[in-house]
Parts: sequence; C-alpha cells; structure tokens
Amino acid sequence: MAFGAFGATVTATPAEPAIRRRSRVALFLLLPGILYLALFFLAPLLSLVITSFQAPVEFGDIGQYQTAFRWENYTTVIGTYAPHILRSFAFAATATVAALLFGFPLAYFIGVTLRRFPLLQALALTLVIAPFFISFLLRTLAWKQLLSDEGWFVSALHGLQLLPPGEHVTGTAFSVVFGLTYNFIPFMTLPIYTSLERLDLRYVEAGGDLYATPVSTFFRVTVPLAAPGIVSGALLTFIPAAGDYINASRDFLGGTETAMIGNVIEANFLVLQNYPAAAALSLVLMVAVLVPVSVYVLRSGTDDLL
Amino acid sequence: MAQGSFAESGADLELVGITKRFPGFTAIEDLNLTIPAGSFFALLGPSGCGKTTTLRLVAGLDEATAGRILIGGDDVTATKPHQRPVNTVFQSYALFPHMSVLENVAFGLKRRRIADATARAHEALRLVELDHLAQRRPQQLSGGQQQRVALARAVVNRPALLLLDEPLGALDLKLRRQMQIELKSIQQDVGLTFLHVTHDQEEAMTMADTVAVMNKGRIEQMGAPEELYELPKTAFVANFLGQSNLFTGGVTSSTASSIVVDIAGRRIEIPRERAQRHAGEVTVGVRPEKLMLHTAAPEAGPGINVVGPGRVVDVSFSGVSTQYQVAVPGLGSLVVFAQNMVFGPVVSVGAEVWLTWNTDHGFGLADDPADSPRFAADTDTQALALQRRQTLEAELEGV
Repeated sequence: MAFGAFGATVTATPAEPAIRRRSRVALFLLLPGILYLALFFLAPLLSLVITSFQAPVEFGDIGQYQTAFRWENYTTVIGTYAPHILRSFAFAATATVAALLFGFPLAYFIGVTLRRFPLLQALALTLVIAPFFISFLLRTLAWKQLLSDEGWFVSALHGLQLLPPGEHVTGTAFSVVFGLTYNFIPFMTLPIYTSLERLDLRYVEAGGDLYATPVSTFFRVTVPLAAPGIVSGALLTFIPAAGDYINASRDFLGGTETAMIGNVIEANFLVLQNYPAAAALSLVLMVAVLVPVSVYVLRSGTDDLL
Repeated sequence: MAQGSFAESGADLELVGITKRFPGFTAIEDLNLTIPAGSFFALLGPSGCGKTTTLRLVAGLDEATAGRILIGGDDVTATKPHQRPVNTVFQSYALFPHMSVLENVAFGLKRRRIADATARAHEALRLVELDHLAQRRPQQLSGGQQQRVALARAVVNRPALLLLDEPLGALDLKLRRQMQIELKSIQQDVGLTFLHVTHDQEEAMTMADTVAVMNKGRIEQMGAPEELYELPKTAFVANFLGQSNLFTGGVTSSTASSIVVDIAGRRIEIPRERAQRHAGEVTVGVRPEKLMLHTAAPEAGPGINVVGPGRVVDVSFSGVSTQYQVAVPGLGSLVVFAQNMVFGPVVSVGAEVWLTWNTDHGFGLADDPADSPRFAADTDTQALALQRRQTLEAELEGV
C-alpha cells in the first residue's frame, strides 16, 4: 500500500501540465455539444420560465400575454390540475412496473438463455427493435382498432361475460397504461439485456454452491448484477411515460377521465392558447419528475449506471 | 442439508460408476472413487482429463450421464447444488462483485440461517488474515487476497466436503507455497474432507494424503504421493509425476525375486514385486535422481544395473542439483539428476560416462509409453446420429 502511494506522488508532479493540457483539449471537443445545449435547451427553457410568469394583456385578444411576475400562475395550475399530475405519475409508475415484468424475462431469455445460439440471439434482438420501423402513432392507432368496441377482443370479453354490457376497453385507465407499457417495453428490455448479456453465470453457480435456492440466487445475485440495466430501463420508461400525451389522448387509447399532464399542457398550448399555464405546468412536470428520479438514481448508486 | 446447523465433521465421498458424456466426447468413463472422511485428496491430471468435470459433478453443477454420488453415505445424485453439504473454491473465485468481502463470506451462513453469521464471517476472515479488509469490495483486493476470501467463504460453512478447483493457479510461486501450507493447516485444524483438483504435480504431492492421477477420464493410479512417485504403474504416471527414464525390452530370465529384461543387449534387473508384468515385452524405468554418474567403467555386480558408455550431451545447473542429458547408444537419451556435493558440475559436455543404479530402485510398468488412448472419443457425426436415434427409439418405445 505504502509502495503504491509513494509511486503516485512521484508520477503526479510531472504529469500535472499534461493533465491540464488534456482538459483543455477535452473542453474544445465538448464545445459543439455545449453550444448546442445552450442554444436548443437552455434558451427555450429560459423562455419557458419567462412565459410561465406572464400575465394576460388587458383588453387584448385571446393568447396575448405580457411580461410580468405572476407566480399565481403556478398555484392556479397546481390547484386545477393536481389530479392530472397524480394520474400521470400513477400511470407512468404502473407502466414502468408492467414493462419491467415483461421486459426482464424477455431480456433474460435473449441475454442468457440464447447465449449459446448467437444467430437466434441476434434475431430476437432484431424482433425487439422491429416495432421501431413503424411510427408509434400508427402502432398506437392499430391498438385502438384492436381494442375498439367492434374488435374481436372486446366482443370476446362480452361473450365470456368478463366485461359487463355497455362497457368499453378504449378510453379507460387500463387501455392507457396498456398503451404506455406496450410502447416502452423495448426501452426497458434493451438496457436490461445489455446488463444480463455480460452476466457471468459463474456467480449464479456460486450462489447455488452457497446454499441459495434458485429463487434466492435470482434475487440476491442475478437482479443486483442486472441493476444498472434495470435502473436505466426504468428511467427511460418512467420519464417519457410521465409526460406522454399520445396514449392518453382521446384520439388514441384515452378518454376524458384519463387525461394526463401531457394532454393538459397540449390543450393549454394549442387549444386554449393559455401559454403561461402551459409553461408553468411544463416546469412543474419537469421538477416533479426530476426530484423522484434524482432520489432513485442516488439510492441505486450511479457508479455502474453511466 | 439441515438448516441452522453445521456438518459434524468431514464426510466420505463415494463415486460409483460415474460417466459423463458431452455432445461429441466422453469426459469421464465409469469412474469409481472413494475418498475417506477427513482426508486431503488430490485429483491430478493434465487439462482436459476430466478432473474439473468430476468436481462439478460432485458440487452438483453438472449432471452425470450415469452413476451415483454419495456423500457421507447419502445418495445426492439427484439433488440440486444448494442441497448438498459441499462448498467449492472456484478457479475464478466467483466472488460476488456487488457485495463486500464480509457479505460474501456471510452469504452461505445467512442462506442456511446460521446464528450470528456476521461474527462467524469475521472469524473466518481472521483465519485467512483478511479481517481488516472486511468492508472492501472483492475487486479492490489483489489476486492472492481474493483467493483467501474465496477460501474463507467456503470454509466458514464447515461443509462435509470442500472442493478446490485449481484455486492456487493464479498466484505467483511464493504466495502459492504460502497458501499451500495455510490450506493444509486449515484442513488439519477443521478436519474437513478436501477434494483438490490440480494439474500441478508438486502441489498435489506436497498437500495431499492421497493423490489420484487422472488421464482421459479415468484414474490411472491412486495412492500416497511417495508410493505414486516411487512405484508408478503406467507410463503416463511415470512421466506426468516427475521425470522417468523408460526402456522397453523382452524378459530374458526370471527368478522368485526378480526379472531380467534385455534392453539393446544390456541386462536390466528389476525386483519382481516392483514389476507389473513378468513376461514378454516389458517397459522398465528408473527416476533420474536414482542414477549415479561414473567417468570410468564400473564393475558390474549383483544388485547393480550398469548402462554405458554414453556421452554427456547437455548439462544444466539448477542450484540444488545438476541435470545431465546422457546419450547412450541403443537406449536413447537418459536424464540424470546429481546432487551438487562439490562446486559446479562433475562432468562436462562431451565426457564419456557410465550410469549405474541399485536394482531395487527400478520399476516395471503395466503398459508401453506408446500405448493408444484408453477409449476413442466418439466425435464423429455418425456416432452422434446413432446415439440420437437410439435415444429417440427408446423414447418412442416408452410411449
């Protein structure tokens, strides 16, 4: 140990200028990215913050606002749309758990079971990605058709007396969560696959050798070793799902009672032209997603995540 | 195995007619082996001889094609790894990277709900002198330290049988010596049965009470290290365990106490009880350190075998001893180890020498050095196809 420390101090002194030079090169290489983010992320964000405090122009047309500091915009939107915010989080969380329940076994099958058959493995991965070749709008519309009152699924449910007469599938919380889950399964599966594909099965053997049942080995060895993939997959699913406005839209799988925060923002921006309310809601959503996600990332340990 | 309790002591391991076939080759063929409780048993052989497969079968990580495995008299053939009173020190260590050293060691105890698992884990870490690193992650330790953690993680469970899969392979020579001594003392302290798999003949001989030399899925010879070394029964054992000078010739005469073999016109006498075959073509041998070098023709007498003259073709000095290569016409090249009783080698390259050895030091083998493999690998596709068809037919008949 003392030897290593000694070696480090010796090499550190002459290496310092090199490190400084290297960091300048790194900064130069990062410049395009930093400029891009400043222009297309920070500037709109600033504009969004300014808009969120605007007040309507007195005696002006609908959609005419002026710069102000109307923080009541925030209390108003939170007061009015709290149920939508909560619903968004509930739907997104349910969809994330459901996508994990579908995605993990799928990722395990492709990454571990198919390991000995590289050709089948590549084929299975292609099948997971295949839906991306068709626009998700079209696919979600297709599900609307399949789940519609005239579709065979609903007819079958009615026929089997599982669905009371007059009840629908589309426009319910179920169909919205179903749509979210369906759309995000690949985003959940791929990161978990990357983790499981590298999983050293000798750890699993060691678990069995140390008296752990297969179930115990799964939860104490396999799942923790796949944690980086599970965390990435959960983030890639939860964050976009919380802000999604397609699945919950009435034109797709949603109804009036299933509107999520994304639908409200869309309506305020495009229909009601209440720009300050829409901007305030967007920022509320951003903070509301950032806080739990930060806690989650910190708790699960970032060292292996990035 | 019972939850919350330890094995009382080491247990016997019994392998009965174990066969393991993989698609395309046979790893183990009809292996019968009994390892008495409390012994340190080494399975020695070159890579691919089936020793690691044997260990994996005992641990339950692979399933035998045929045969039974008994631990302490209980048939465990059909049980899962976690149900067997066995722990393994893996060649790769397989320490869980997401757990601390302490959690790794306590893992097995906690799964079996043993009381004060953490205290016992600390105790096991003290045994391998790593308690001060208990909170570290395995990947922060050196190879030797990881190896000791792997050992602690297995020993802490007091298994009836501890399996060691070349655990010292990744260590440098000095650390390996030290670990060999530590392993042996741990085994004596805790009285467990150790099954140690290795390709290092020196390691097997210094540590084990009994060594079984394995070749091509079969045990060639089994016994105490001295016995295996002094009286090898096959050419494989004679060459794998140390070096041997081997000669093949016909038996010309035999008495009640010895046989005489004619090798390129020379009489070589071997004690009858040290020879496996007593008539026909016989391969006899002698260890290099049993040979004496002479610069003048020695007198042939009873109890002495004489070979020569030959010419020294190579001399290499290795500190304790000097190794000479001597070319003897008709016999080929012989190896001689001579202790360095004086400074430097006694003879130099090109010198004319005679070799003698006490007739009691020779041994006669049961086979020839050029013997073909014990069983042919059934790798050809026809054999595989036939095997498939037979199993399918058997299944159909069952229906």
